[in-house]
Amino acid sequence: MQFAQPSSVKEAVTLLVKEKGNSYILAGGTDLLVKMKSGSVEPDLIVDIKGIKGLGEIKKTASGFLIGAAVPCAALAENAALAKAWPGVVEGASLIGSKQVQGRCTIAGNLCNASPAADSVPALIAAGAKAVVVGPKATRKMAIEDVAIGVGRNALKKGEIISGIELPKKLPRSGDAYLRFIPRTEMDIAVVSCAINLTLDAKGAITKARVVLGAVAITALLVKGAAKAIIGSKLDAATLDKLAAVCSAACKPIDDKRGTKEFRVEVAGVLARRVAKIAYARAGGKI
Amino acid sequence: MGVHVHTTVNGDAVEFACGEGEVLLDVLRNRLGLTGAKEGCGTGDCGACSVMLDGRLVCSCLVLGAEVGGKKIETIEGMADGMKLHPLQQAFIDHAALQCGVCTPGFLIAAKALLAKKPDPTEEEIRFGLAGNLCRCTGYDKIVRAVQHAAKEMRG
Amino acid sequence: MSLDLQNPKLVEKKFKVIGSRVPRPDGIDKVTGRARYGADFTMPGQLIGLVLRSPHAHAKIEKIDTSKAEKLSGVKAVITSADLPDLTKGDRMMLDLLENSMARGKALYDGHAVAAVAAIDLPTARKALKLIEVKYKLLPHVTDVDEALMPDAPIVHPHIITEGISSAPMKPTNWNKACEYGHGDVDAGFKEADHIFSRSFKTEQSHQGYIEPHSVSASVSPDGTAEMWVCTQGHFVYRNQCAQLLGMDASKLRVTSSEIGGGFGGKTHLWAEPLALALSRKANRPVKLTMTRDEVFRATGPTSSTSIDVKIGVKKDGTITAAFAELRYQSGCFPGNWAEVGAMTAFACYDLKNVKTIGKDVITNRPKTAAYRAPSAPMAAFAVENVIDEAAKAIGMNPVDFRIKNAAHQGTKSSYGPVYGPIGIGPTLEAAKNHPHMKAPLGKNQGRGMACGFWFNFGGQTCVDLNVTPDGKVTVAQGTVDVGGSRASIAMAVAEEMGINYEDVRSVIPDTSALGHNDMTDGSRGTFSTSMAAIYAARNAITVLRERAAKTWDIPLDEVEWKDGAAHAKGAGHGNRTPLSLADLARKAGRTGGPIAGHAETVADNAGVSFATHIADIEVDPETGRSQIKRYTVIQDAGKAMHPSYVEGQYQGGAAQGIGWALNEEYVYGKDGRLQNAGFLDYRIPVCSDLPFIDTQILEIPNPNHPYGVRGVGETSIVPPLAAVSIAMTNATGVRQTHLPMSPPRVLKSLKGKK
Repeated sequence: MQFAQPSSVKEAVTLLVKEKGNSYILAGGTDLLVKMKSGSVEPDLIVDIKGIKGLGEIKKTASGFLIGAAVPCAALAENAALAKAWPGVVEGASLIGSKQVQGRCTIAGNLCNASPAADSVPALIAAGAKAVVVGPKATRKMAIEDVAIGVGRNALKKGEIISGIELPKKLPRSGDAYLRFIPRTEMDIAVVSCAINLTLDAKGAITKARVVLGAVAITALLVKGAAKAIIGSKLDAATLDKLAAVCSAACKPIDDKRGTKEFRVEVAGVLARRVAKIAYARAGGKI
Repeated sequence: MGVHVHTTVNGDAVEFACGEGEVLLDVLRNRLGLTGAKEGCGTGDCGACSVMLDGRLVCSCLVLGAEVGGKKIETIEGMADGMKLHPLQQAFIDHAALQCGVCTPGFLIAAKALLAKKPDPTEEEIRFGLAGNLCRCTGYDKIVRAVQHAAKEMRG
Repeated sequence: MSLDLQNPKLVEKKFKVIGSRVPRPDGIDKVTGRARYGADFTMPGQLIGLVLRSPHAHAKIEKIDTSKAEKLSGVKAVITSADLPDLTKGDRMMLDLLENSMARGKALYDGHAVAAVAAIDLPTARKALKLIEVKYKLLPHVTDVDEALMPDAPIVHPHIITEGISSAPMKPTNWNKACEYGHGDVDAGFKEADHIFSRSFKTEQSHQGYIEPHSVSASVSPDGTAEMWVCTQGHFVYRNQCAQLLGMDASKLRVTSSEIGGGFGGKTHLWAEPLALALSRKANRPVKLTMTRDEVFRATGPTSSTSIDVKIGVKKDGTITAAFAELRYQSGCFPGNWAEVGAMTAFACYDLKNVKTIGKDVITNRPKTAAYRAPSAPMAAFAVENVIDEAAKAIGMNPVDFRIKNAAHQGTKSSYGPVYGPIGIGPTLEAAKNHPHMKAPLGKNQGRGMACGFWFNFGGQTCVDLNVTPDGKVTVAQGTVDVGGSRASIAMAVAEEMGINYEDVRSVIPDTSALGHNDMTDGSRGTFSTSMAAIYAARNAITVLRERAAKTWDIPLDEVEWKDGAAHAKGAGHGNRTPLSLADLARKAGRTGGPIAGHAETVADNAGVSFATHIADIEVDPETGRSQIKRYTVIQDAGKAMHPSYVEGQYQGGAAQGIGWALNEEYVYGKDGRLQNAGFLDYRIPVCSDLPFIDTQILEIPNPNHPYGVRGVGETSIVPPLAAVSIAMTNATGVRQTHLPMSPPRVLKSLKGKK
């Protein structure tokens, strides 16, 4: 096994391209090391990106935020501007694992690990975030919802690495929120989760919406029908019922040790209602 | 092949060699003789291996030895000031906040990290701040009380 | 109706040390990381041991080829069952232990050990395991207790026929034992009843969940002597059993118990220890074998999953006229008697004229079950207390009053046979009734439940060696492992008896070569029996001290009394002799007869049964089935609380385990018979934010059979929570909960069923 600590993204990409065996990127390591311990992965090369300048920073830009791929999730909550603009995103990232895990894990890693239950992914999708993907020949931007393509599988090509995640500028009268269902109060993998990002008009009616469900399909689901169901409304009771029904219907869940299909379908609807109300209040709406 | 690492542990300059895939917990326990951090699960689910890495609370089973070059590590062995126990350590003894004691080093590190960020935490903040540390003996009651007591004492 | 509060003379005894909250002697080591647990030990030249385990629930092992592993550079020994011949001389229980530690021709559960290696480091050991080739032939498996009883169930052991039933069984079966307890005539009793309540319950399998995985370091020498450092609840038992299985002399095997990171019964059995010894013997080097968390869940001893039917008949006035239960417990892949223990404890809280319990112990393709804190009692209490609750509600009687009316008391013939002496069930119920928790208002979606529990508590063989050091201090060597702070209580007992300062007593647990046999720290016997032996040892030492004083003063022994840590000359003419302190006598010991010591080797009996009543408040989210404990109170009789903080700790710890078991903890098996949640991520024990403060009330109804009135305390606190929490959930949801754990999907389903 080789362990490399490149000092630039270009160097990291070169290492990944050259490696003929199994190569893995190490940011927080909270997924990779668990897989190494169980023997489910056997890396030939580990590329530690934490030494790369700039990847450990959160930059506030004119067009929003750029979160470097090596930023630990704990740092997201510590960034006042980010927490104020995107509380839903920060909520999701702050729920991964435990305080110990949050001191290391990254949203880029959470995304690329491609667990259907990843906590930081739904709110990033709802926010319309993009991943900055650097490859040997080019740099491209991908919508977050296009990164994970299956359980544990992502769309990155050989040699590509996410250098950062861009969050757009927060629009006025907007709010986002994230909730997940877990049986205990902490430490569990989400059984069902939901993130919603809303923009309202001056009268409090929803003009833009993105509704995302997690842990109910092989990847997070951007439920376009759910957005349609609430746009134009002020989240009255009938609209909330419709939202819940559309979300429940959109689920493609499995039975597993964390929950049954019927449970996930039911609770997806319950969470959607609750998240919508929080996002609406954060956007300045009054129910 | 291995890696050769220079780092700082509890204020002391330390160097060690370890395998590329070897975790910091095993380095501390098997190469540096610091057995205070424990392996309860090896997968970041129990917190018994908690240490501070450059001022952040982490599970040492989720950090590679190879990653800590040039960094500052704090373990339970460095918590007391010579013979003088840290107020948290004393509070755990005084309030019977340990039974078998195997989770105690991890809790003390995590509690210290919590109080550094929140010197006057509510009960809820203590409970959520320590949620990454499992205890099977105490039901957490006396642990929370010990942390509350130590926090008060540390605030002066 | 008032109850007799037992009040023997012991209650009035004024203690100087007992009952105070002294700091524990191992506290500093444990808060500084100095204390050494199972995996904290290193032997020079040690190898790392690792076990290969079956990935199948039930399979014939057709062939194991270890040749490639043996050839790998750095591998010093590979073993299979061929290296562990059957030396048990027909002792079936020991052969089962041997077979559980390594499969003999058949893998009986997912995780069953099939081979093991010792190598120079962990990466080499892991590589070696991959090189071992095992050819399995899959067999049909069964993991559910009721399915294992069906006529067409796959049979785990062809040699097992049912023990304990009147008709002579002929066919092999998974039902290995039947038993029956009770007295009176339940049929007549049910005829007398105005109402009959009948329900069936299921509890899933849970694990003790200790945070420290098993770890053993073993070193066998060519001359047949050996050493073992191991985390265990009973180093003497481990020594005896390992010696027997490996064909060694027990006296040549020296076992040191490390500090132990939790056991709760799970470290009372051998797991991989024989393998470490066998590897060391083969490699001729020390071997350190530490289990991973995955191995702990898959291949140690969880508690039984159960299926229980309860039927109770009551009169309009609340008198129970008949009580019946059939309890089916699975013990994993080897015979156990867990259903029997459940059958004994099920109705132990009550004074019944007609009672009958039937226990069925069942074998399945799961790991061999081990004791888990008051083993078998929590599940039985869950079932019985829920039907009691149902009965009380149906006749419109307060649930506490219903229990008070039917509670056992001194003189009651228990449902499992013996007649009770002074007991605490009545007092704990009265205390619960009057506790502020009972009167606190409940909020929306909240429910309250209360329940009783019982545990026998055990005594057992105990040795204590007390030595007075030349500087006048005392060392107490005890053979019962300290799992939760008992060494402090033992030091307290010695200080109390001898009239000296607690700080002058050093309490230690030496290795097996230093004391006679000691039974394990289980059955809540640790403090009870060790303190009793320590008290006797102290009294013996006091006799020696008096003899030395008598010799020094040249007066008869009966004119010397021991008081406040010194020998006093009493009687006419001796009044003005300066008392001789412990330090004085110790300094002179060499001239008066040699070192001063006291011993006690006892079988401590009559640990005193202990009762508890718990009150739980739970809040349920009716849209998701998710729940949270809002308030919890434990009221339990301790006889005499030697160290109140540690007694409270036992109450709180047992309650927390019971809460986890009631709400979220279960073994999840797939259709392939494999365990799906062998880790702390998905085997969900309570975390700090899941629980509120747990209030405790210690009652003291002294045990007349202990010098200070001490009863066992460690286990009873896990018995009521499954019942109290499920009754609270029933009250919060309006639906009787009959399947544990009450995970959100189960609760939500039950709510939907209600509609």
